[in-house]
Amino acid sequence: MIIEQFDPLRGEVFQVLDERGRPRPDLEPRLAAAELQHIYSLMILTRTADQKALKLQRQGRLGTYAPGLGQEACQVGTAFGLQREDWAFPYFRDMGLFLTLGYPLADYYLYWMGNEAGLRTPEGLNLFPLAIPVASQIPHSVGAGLGARLQKKPIAVVCTFGDGATSEGDFHEALNFAGVFRTPNVFVCYNNQWAISTPRARQTAAATIAQKATAYGFPGVAVDGNDVLAVLAVVREALDRARRGEGPTFIEAVTYRMGHHTTSDDAGKYRTEAEVKEWEKKDPLLRFRAYLKAKGLWDQSFENDLLDRTAKEVEEAVAKAESVPPPSPDEIFAHTFKDMPPQLREQLAELKKPPQEGHS
Amino acid sequence: MIATMAQALNQALAGEMARDSRVIVLGEDVGLDGGVFRITEGLIQKFGADRVLDTPLAESGIVGAAIGLAAFGLRPVAEIQFLGFIYPAFNQIISHAARLRNRTRGRFTVPLVIRTPYGAGVKALEHHSESTEALFCQIPGLTVVVPSTPYEAKGLLIASIRSEDPVIFLEPSRLYRAEKQDIPEELYELPLRRARLVREGRDLTLIAWGAMIPLALKASELADKAGLSVELLDLRTLAPLDEAAVLASAGKTGRVLIVQEAPRNCGLAAELVALLAEKAMLSLRAPVLRVTGQDITVPLPKSEDFYYVNPERVWSGIQRLMEF
Repeated sequence: MIIEQFDPLRGEVFQVLDERGRPRPDLEPRLAAAELQHIYSLMILTRTADQKALKLQRQGRLGTYAPGLGQEACQVGTAFGLQREDWAFPYFRDMGLFLTLGYPLADYYLYWMGNEAGLRTPEGLNLFPLAIPVASQIPHSVGAGLGARLQKKPIAVVCTFGDGATSEGDFHEALNFAGVFRTPNVFVCYNNQWAISTPRARQTAAATIAQKATAYGFPGVAVDGNDVLAVLAVVREALDRARRGEGPTFIEAVTYRMGHHTTSDDAGKYRTEAEVKEWEKKDPLLRFRAYLKAKGLWDQSFENDLLDRTAKEVEEAVAKAESVPPPSPDEIFAHTFKDMPPQLREQLAELKKPPQEGHS
Repeated sequence: MIATMAQALNQALAGEMARDSRVIVLGEDVGLDGGVFRITEGLIQKFGADRVLDTPLAESGIVGAAIGLAAFGLRPVAEIQFLGFIYPAFNQIISHAARLRNRTRGRFTVPLVIRTPYGAGVKALEHHSESTEALFCQIPGLTVVVPSTPYEAKGLLIASIRSEDPVIFLEPSRLYRAEKQDIPEELYELPLRRARLVREGRDLTLIAWGAMIPLALKASELADKAGLSVELLDLRTLAPLDEAAVLASAGKTGRVLIVQEAPRNCGLAAELVALLAEKAMLSLRAPVLRVTGQDITVPLPKSEDFYYVNPERVWSGIQRLMEF
């Protein structure tokens, strides 16, 4: 059992693939060839769609955007372990999680283009809208976990957030609740080392983030967040624990935010190029590709074919998102309450009234 | 059956929990202790610890978890021990409870009631006496409800629990045991978003809510003796406001006095004045006046009376209104 074996208090970090993609045979998860290739294709899709979002933003076709470059293994690895009945409560830098769970890319773009319709999760998908206020989604995930426990549903609930979130009060309140009520929650902290300009060392004096779980009365484990197999293995184990009623688990996925915080940020102001270069060597895609290649599951023609298909899929999603008209006045008023009160109806009517000509 | 407001609220909770297994209660000391005001007394014995949850002492955690519970399909009723302690939960209330329906275009909703005692006049400690209801009234998506009698409390709480939208249910602690009333034993709903005409009159309208209703009634009796006919409107739902009821009464009497326990600045009374200025100008025979709390921190019990609205201040407001 990974969670019991790897002790964050001793500084241990679970890893399956080293930086050159060589696996520890005893820890390699049992996955079919097609599954491994699928995971890789999800990571490629995430990176391609993420890069495309940056281009769209520069062209003025998409609003401020929080890129996820470098975090593909965390995002895809976490989501890949979930089952259909499980719930997920993501944060704002989590495109790979959305895409892995089957969220339409066009909708994801649509939201960042400035249309709330993109936040409407398709029916049958237990995925909460991404949370912007940092850490505020963690209590929601615990509420859902508590609901599942009270209704005796054998499901698990995953919640993702960054290292900055661990300084918020909601992080503490939520994890404390989870421990007290033994909810079926899996908390995955993508420790990407930076919260805008604030480094990880300014978030906590603790040696690791994973060790915080100890004080809440449940296990914490650190994992190499750029190793998709390691993330998947540890998340799966934690989800199984949750489904068996053994309570919550905290996972610190150690990774790096390769890009700026958002398109409005300039990371060059506060971190060194050398640091970024160091992390480039640990690129989650390169590492996983090397692993697949060694297994005979990847070659250049596979890559070319995949990149072609992915580019097409992304372009189609962009076209679809851009074809959606802006929400009408009716639409922006319709969902404030279940039934619209008279004052909203009056404001809506006022808004829809054609401008009067010759007004002096 | 004869009941205080505290008992009426307890009946509403017990009745709704018996009727709908999705209804659960959570908060600090709501279980064996029955809540510090005993509103949840006996519920844990009837419904068990899985439906009456004593939580850690964490207001944001309570409301945040309740949002998750509601979105997951339950009907949580969260108790915040005093309104003065709700502020750590503000982010959850404003950024999530109020807007989840809109930001997911109705895919996820928050059928959640947050109950909390509030208001001055019970000689309480610091932070236990404020009336900050207006803070919630400005948030789109929130329904803010304040009962004023045992009968009202039961029917309004039941309606709030059955509402598909988040409700901030403010219970005037001064009224918990102030009055006993004969109320129906069965479950009944009183409509949200509808004001209640407490008494009809011709000469002027008093608009009030919560603990100001009994004061306004006393002031009305003083006015009766002076030969004035006072109409009294109990708002019941502060947001979204029953504008039609306010305008109808103002249109009838032409004189309006608003009685508000909260400080004057940016209180709900200011919104009512604006509403009347915009939509009732030609019916008004006098400026709309306010009798309110002071724009100061609520004093501790020794000098609380300087702060608090009393029937004499309301009566003097009525006289100013009539002399215009």
